[in-house]
Amino acid sequence: MTTSRRKFIKISALGIGGVAATASAINVFGANSYLDDLVKQKVSKEFKRTATYCEVCFWKCAAWAYTNEEGEIKKIIGNEDDTHCEGRLCPRGTGGVGMYTDEDRLKTPLIRTTVNGEETFRKASWEEALDLIASKFKTVIDSHGAESIALIKHGAPGAHLEHLFQAFGSDTIAEPAYAQCRGPRETGFKSTFGTWVGSPEPTDIRDTKCLVLIGSHIGENMHNSQVQEMSDAIDNGATIITVDPRLSTAASKSKHWLAIKPATDIALMLSWMNVLIEEGLYDKAYVEKYGLGFDELKEHVKQFTPEWAYGITTIKPDEIRKTARVMAHAAPSVIIHPGRHVVWYGDDTQRARAMAILNGLLGSWGRRGGFYFKESIKVPKFPHPEYHHPKWGWKEIGAKYPLAEMGITSEVLRAAIPSEDNKYPVKALMVAGTNITKSIPDRKLLEEAIEALDFMVVIDTMPMDVTGYADVVLPECTYLERYDGIRSATNRHPSIAVRIPAVTPKYDSKPVWWMAKQIGERLGVGEYFNYNDFKEVIEWQLKEMGTSLEEMEKIGVKNYPRKSGPLYLNENENYQFTTASGKIEFYSHELKNLGFDPMPVYTSHPEPPQGFYRLNYGRAPMHTFSRTANNPNLNDLMDENKLWVNPKVARILNLKSGQEVWLRNQDDITSTFSIKVRVTERVRWDSVYMVHGFGHQNKKLSRANGKGINDTQLISKIAVDPIMGGTGMRGNFVTILTENPHKNTEI
Amino acid sequence: MRYAMVIDTLKCVGCSDCVVACQTENDVPHGYCRDWITETVDGSYPNLDLELKSERCNHCDNAPCVRCCPTGASHIVDGGIVLVTENECIGCGACIESCPYDARYQHPDGYVDKCTFCHHRLEKGQLPACVSVCPTKCMYFGDLDNPNSEVSQLLKNRKHKTLAPEAGTNPHVFYLI
Repeated sequence: MTTSRRKFIKISALGIGGVAATASAINVFGANSYLDDLVKQKVSKEFKRTATYCEVCFWKCAAWAYTNEEGEIKKIIGNEDDTHCEGRLCPRGTGGVGMYTDEDRLKTPLIRTTVNGEETFRKASWEEALDLIASKFKTVIDSHGAESIALIKHGAPGAHLEHLFQAFGSDTIAEPAYAQCRGPRETGFKSTFGTWVGSPEPTDIRDTKCLVLIGSHIGENMHNSQVQEMSDAIDNGATIITVDPRLSTAASKSKHWLAIKPATDIALMLSWMNVLIEEGLYDKAYVEKYGLGFDELKEHVKQFTPEWAYGITTIKPDEIRKTARVMAHAAPSVIIHPGRHVVWYGDDTQRARAMAILNGLLGSWGRRGGFYFKESIKVPKFPHPEYHHPKWGWKEIGAKYPLAEMGITSEVLRAAIPSEDNKYPVKALMVAGTNITKSIPDRKLLEEAIEALDFMVVIDTMPMDVTGYADVVLPECTYLERYDGIRSATNRHPSIAVRIPAVTPKYDSKPVWWMAKQIGERLGVGEYFNYNDFKEVIEWQLKEMGTSLEEMEKIGVKNYPRKSGPLYLNENENYQFTTASGKIEFYSHELKNLGFDPMPVYTSHPEPPQGFYRLNYGRAPMHTFSRTANNPNLNDLMDENKLWVNPKVARILNLKSGQEVWLRNQDDITSTFSIKVRVTERVRWDSVYMVHGFGHQNKKLSRANGKGINDTQLISKIAVDPIMGGTGMRGNFVTILTENPHKNTEI
Repeated sequence: MRYAMVIDTLKCVGCSDCVVACQTENDVPHGYCRDWITETVDGSYPNLDLELKSERCNHCDNAPCVRCCPTGASHIVDGGIVLVTENECIGCGACIESCPYDARYQHPDGYVDKCTFCHHRLEKGQLPACVSVCPTKCMYFGDLDNPNSEVSQLLKNRKHKTLAPEAGTNPHVFYLI
């Protein structure tokens, strides 16, 4: 039995300890030599290790999966040669083993059926499920065109499905990572510096003298190398300035925590620009050489004094001045961090612009301790016929938002709702690797769209809530059980990492590359999948890149030298930025021409009415959104979210820590489940806070079901960013109910 | 040889990686842990201090758990590490009650379990699992008897504290503050 064997290992260590005991009198019984020998044999046996990269979040740290003789995955350890993790995974990566062992995993394909008038799922064979998908897709292709089949995806499986969709002629593809997450910052930075920030962010945190975090909570988001570098920066004596209405972990590490009133960040940043310019603290040579529109900016921010900002942000003028001077003193080794999840109030591209402009004024882009010039290596595309040219796709669906550079999930969903002026009807939907009931706000839109669909497929490893809407559910095996695309990292230097199965897929789960190929063949586009095993694709690609699968199996990660030149600008370098003007655009003609503000302006946003509190949400270091809530290892660390309430509010409402409450939002939407109160000084009195990703409705998630509240359920008021279509979610207000509103109803 | 752990509270973000790394390394059953994170908040908004730290058995010199153990299952080995010999432990729980750090728990198999400083890894020249995995590198481990060790140097140069010093246990997990 494996359990007793494991215990033997432990005893071995202890027994040996007993022998070595200095005060042997303490150990009355002495060591058990019989056990010792048994254990020594076991200890001397090494685990087998297999190269992989993590899929518990999007950071994709390279790692080693350790398996024992029974072929069980025992632990996962970071790959020391990997710049994403430097040999140290985060709790989710270490707990990734729970993704594999979770007994609640999807085990077989499922097909929706009706039994005695009730809709339910029945187990199906792969053959049957794939045939059904292909025939339903064919029907849509014949009647509406391939474009009417949409894909909403996330993570590594997304790439295989994107290939499938483009093979059969659909470009109707979107992912929440854009319009529900980092889209605005990419647009904001691109319109300023000409380039996306990208992932991982090219922030030179380890060498910075001053790190400014605006609502970004590194340490609670475990973006691994960012967290590691922030720790290095603390060691190096860097000053951290955090702007956050909540005492985040990062705020607690900061020399300056600016406890800002929510929704007023742009006002603070305008006043910082004012100070930097009025006091002549900006990098004059840099701005002169690389900037465009500085005079307009100077004129624009003249009025935005710290005194003006004080009334809006509640940050005292001397604090605003002091922090601006700290940044200038550190410049150019200063980072106004672009953040990651930045869809807040609908003016998010402009807020990202303000961050970018501050970096421009401080001269930190392309400077040591600021932003470095990142580099990656291109993975050659495995040969396949040319893709079709769809008549329309994500671009046309999102055309209302001129600077959208990826599909907008909410618009793709809207396209599923029939209306006279809908020229781009979405009829079938495939969702993979993202639980859209929690990753996309506005449940009404979601349900209306899904209701209108002819057919919906969900691919996941777990019975997430979204699977409940599907006609067909396909069980994906976890990252530990499959080959996947090569991870090409964008960093200080290029590197690649491979994912090799450590074990064979559990249950009847399959890798997505296989599903894509099977569906492709059934749709008559088999020529795009000219391989029997995805391993062949990687083998070919690695060979093209001057290595081999054999080598990569041994090293897991391969680092390549930089080819694009130095990490930072040379002094007085004549550098061309990739904006239209070749300069850092403080004043954006592009935005102006599209009818938007050419420079950021502050607009006030609605405030919670009496008795309501702003609903803020964020991350916990041991969870990745909703996908890890049921992971046995990570659920152990945090099994529910709590409602953070300021003691003043708790006193007024007579709330105690641990008390169960329900929430109702401004649109009269009541949370399905309850949440426990956590009375803490760490939040303001005008807002409440919870960790995102809890309140799972699917009863098949035995650990996560009914635990905590799903914040997304309460986000029904969306402030859409008119520039790129991001869905601002921080303008929702909740009231706290102490009586169970569902007392007489069944959930 | 005197093993000690030094944890920098100024860097710890309380991510719990140490907890899950310990669980996978030592087969700690779900629902139990040998180490854990504590959070302390002082002050009132917005003048606040937050301390996050990873806690575990303090491997005390003057260990109440060892003194009160009726069978000798709890004992101290070379390097000052406090261990429990599973097959000698009768699960009476006296040690659990006596520990001022609440560092011990009753394993579902009956014996009492706790942090071993990853004794089995030390023998192979490896750091404890929690130390080796910590993403903020806020945990240090080494020999206090060696004045040049990283832990000795950190304690020499940085302000630090131990937990429950009033218990007189002479703990060997130190916190930089």
